[in-house]
Amino acid sequence: MKIVVCVKQVPDTTEVRIDPATGTLIRDGVPSIINPDDRAALETALVLKDTTGATVAVLSMGPPQAEAVLREALAMGADEAILVSDRRFGGSDTWATSLTLASALRRLQADLVLCGRQAIDGDTAQVGPQVAEHLGLPLVSYVGSLRPEGDRHLIVKRMFEDGHHVLRVQMPCLLTILKDMNTPRYMSAPGIFEAFQRPITTWTLDDLDVDPSQIGLKGSPTRVKKSYTKGTKSAGKVYEVDPREGARIIVENLREKFII
Amino acid sequence: MTDHLDAPHQLLLQMLRDFVETEVRPKAKAVDEEERFPEETVRQMARYGLMGIPFPKEYGGAGGDNLAYTLAVEELSKACGTTGVILSAHTSLCAAPIYEHGTEAQKQKHLVPLAKGEKLGAFALTEPAAGTDAAGQQTTAERRGDTYVLNGSKIFITNAGYADTYIVMAMTDKAKGTRGISAFIVEKGTPGFRIGKKEEKMGIRGSATCELIFEEAAIPAENLLGKEGGGFGVAMKTLDGGRIGIAAQALGIAQGAIDATVAYVKERKQFGKPLSAFQNTQFQLADMQVRTDAARLLVYRAARRKDARLPYSVEAAAAKLFASETAMEVTTKAVQLHGGYGYTREYPVERMMRDAKITEIYEGTSEVQRMVVSAAMLR
Amino acid sequence: MDISSYKGVMVFAEQRAGVIQKVAFELLGIGRDIADRLEEPLVAVLMGSGLSPDCIQALIAEGADEVVVVDHPRLDLYRTGPCAQALTQVIGAVKPGIVLLGATAIGRELAPIVSARMRTGLTADCTSLEIEDGSRNLLMTRPAFGGNIMATIICPEHRPQMATVRPGVMRRKVSDPARPGAVRTLEIDLDGSEGPVEVLEVVSEKAALKNIEDATVLVAGGRGLGGFENFRRLEELAETFGGMVAASRAAVDEGWVAQDRQVGQTGKTVRPDLYLACGISGMIQHIAGMEESEFIVAVNTRADAPIFEYADLGIVTDANRLVPALIEELKAVKASR
Repeated sequence: MKIVVCVKQVPDTTEVRIDPATGTLIRDGVPSIINPDDRAALETALVLKDTTGATVAVLSMGPPQAEAVLREALAMGADEAILVSDRRFGGSDTWATSLTLASALRRLQADLVLCGRQAIDGDTAQVGPQVAEHLGLPLVSYVGSLRPEGDRHLIVKRMFEDGHHVLRVQMPCLLTILKDMNTPRYMSAPGIFEAFQRPITTWTLDDLDVDPSQIGLKGSPTRVKKSYTKGTKSAGKVYEVDPREGARIIVENLREKFII
Repeated sequence: MTDHLDAPHQLLLQMLRDFVETEVRPKAKAVDEEERFPEETVRQMARYGLMGIPFPKEYGGAGGDNLAYTLAVEELSKACGTTGVILSAHTSLCAAPIYEHGTEAQKQKHLVPLAKGEKLGAFALTEPAAGTDAAGQQTTAERRGDTYVLNGSKIFITNAGYADTYIVMAMTDKAKGTRGISAFIVEKGTPGFRIGKKEEKMGIRGSATCELIFEEAAIPAENLLGKEGGGFGVAMKTLDGGRIGIAAQALGIAQGAIDATVAYVKERKQFGKPLSAFQNTQFQLADMQVRTDAARLLVYRAARRKDARLPYSVEAAAAKLFASETAMEVTTKAVQLHGGYGYTREYPVERMMRDAKITEIYEGTSEVQRMVVSAAMLR
Repeated sequence: MDISSYKGVMVFAEQRAGVIQKVAFELLGIGRDIADRLEEPLVAVLMGSGLSPDCIQALIAEGADEVVVVDHPRLDLYRTGPCAQALTQVIGAVKPGIVLLGATAIGRELAPIVSARMRTGLTADCTSLEIEDGSRNLLMTRPAFGGNIMATIICPEHRPQMATVRPGVMRRKVSDPARPGAVRTLEIDLDGSEGPVEVLEVVSEKAALKNIEDATVLVAGGRGLGGFENFRRLEELAETFGGMVAASRAAVDEGWVAQDRQVGQTGKTVRPDLYLACGISGMIQHIAGMEESEFIVAVNTRADAPIFEYADLGIVTDANRLVPALIEELKAVKASR
């Protein structure tokens, strides 16, 4: 079985702070990480490698620095790493991104494509399903667990807010993985030193069979019109009251905020 | 302070920090209070290749270097001094001498499982009457046919009981003094070899520190490490390397105490403002960090010299001397900055202060390190 | 693309086991406003098998001018392929200018497939939708970067303009059973075979996606609650809110609750609409995991607890006594509706 895992390099948004003076994002010193859902997807693939002898390739699209997350994936145990990187991909929305990734995946010919459910910087959860659509692959999103059945099928648990479906999916297919599905392994020390002795394949637009008018900013149906920070909150009110009065104050405030 | 590291070492650091936060820090308090050897952590370290960092892949190692190993001991020790010394004793004092002095057959048989973490290692030199004065060895090894028969005892042996492989120094010829000492690889389960009393310690309480007892313990002659009579050299070279490990442990303890203190002074308020707003706090913290950074440079220098195959004995002594005294000073200040809470076991700094003390003592006291450094100066 | 031929606002009325999801009515609420602003119709799409007329009527009562009904045996439960196929055909037939779906585990899968198939833009998890003066484009505003920034997205040259909307954000209209509306049944072609994805089992469970990171309301407890029994009372409060219970490291260490509920540096980072901290002092490690919450309420006996510095509303009192009082108050509010 050949598995390709799509990983995205994202800023660790839990470390992002707003500058109270300017109201802008402080991005300095914010570490770049493998998107958490993607890391769970990679772990899923590595477990399949451990148990079935599958090969695992990792695919990322991004600037040259995104190589860092591919090294990390290699250090965790991936066999091969491909970076899709070209200035002409800049400004891609999810539509153009998924089209680009789909063209790279077409070259890789995977039996199983795994993506994280969503990335913590954009939180859209769109790229995985859109890649599946571009490739015409069966899709299962919000996957909470999976196991192989024979050589050509997977039994997967598809999660919903109020339950789950157990599905039998025929490969090739694309799944998007939930972070809670597993606890990803650490990189290993030997893996780290080996990762730097292995090549990372870089593909540019010229290496892919994709219409240049459909990618990057000009291939993207959506535009960001404006972005702004929500502004910092002022300190709240504190009341020293008995419990009953406290409960009343809380309810009153929550009603004003339409929380209840 | 990590900018000077190359990309593989940076990535290793990232891995170590993830590992420590999840696997080591949450257990550090219990490991100390219950004097519990963290076996499950050691197993996890083995799984991720941390038990053989500086050894080549063909010997089961990670294919890294001594700097990488130093980073590992430092990061572990930031959260748990016990875990740091387990790795240090295993790597520097047991696996390293086999790698450096062992025959190919010894490496295949003993180094590979150690480096893979399938086995744990220990080192036995100290005796009741032979601490700093290593030449006063009483343990004997007598050649009988294809075996050496060991008699005597060793004390203060780190990892004892949990270790599978022990490097043991014993006299093969008492008349020759230090030239009569030989080094042996002794396996757990050897008839006549048993673990004696376990020490109750002030710090690094999860680390097992025990007596080793040899009563007519016969080991195969092929387990002689290096030449007969070459044991003192093996021991001294091993301790040179070990000092880098202990220096890294001390460094980690110091930095761990600083990190805990920085978090505390930002949170704790007195006179209506956080402790961090007081100049005394700020100046103390600056001194603690600068001194620790200086120690770090000394420790990394020693590790890098070893990696470059340059002499590093004096540098290792200097690093251990300065890093261990830094750890003691910094942890003491950390407790002070925490005030009354610092003296309680609710906060980790009192444990760090207790853990720091041993780094000034084992694998050569500060006084021994001063002897090594000054001897090189006055040569 | 001739974008002028796309008219009207379409709302995907998500139903599960015949029950229309709350978010569908919320979409009708905002959809009604947008349709009025554009002076175009509001269409609801209801897909399923054996749908009841009551469902259709409820959609009209809350604002739909027309309900497009797709009833097909293959739509008996949510299946990705057939549902996407059906929705694409509906959009192709109706040609709406705007399509809105709930940002649920279904909407967030269906919308990207359909948008990719129709070669149009999609904006996820919107919290605000407006029509721009002049261009009459839909302005879709959503949080990004872990909620640190808001971005307004447009889809100027492709139709329909698609968006998913976070549940609980938009306001429903008051139901008017007398509202007139049209019903249109659409026959669609669906592949009858099982295809590559086969449903083996359907399991319903309460809060299957049990993840405090996805909860909109979190009731969190700390060491200040003093014991397991007290901590357990938070469950009832959380349930009253339709939220989940979270905890500080201290409460997890005490063994009152599982580690997957831990908020903070060594736990999870959460951003619910409401974070109610009970008996949590507010160690910096905990704050790091919850300070981005939309509205923070802290209850603690110690007036100098650091948590109050981060709270939008602070109550200095015994949380153990406040919790039952609050449950009562909330029940009274619900009953009065």
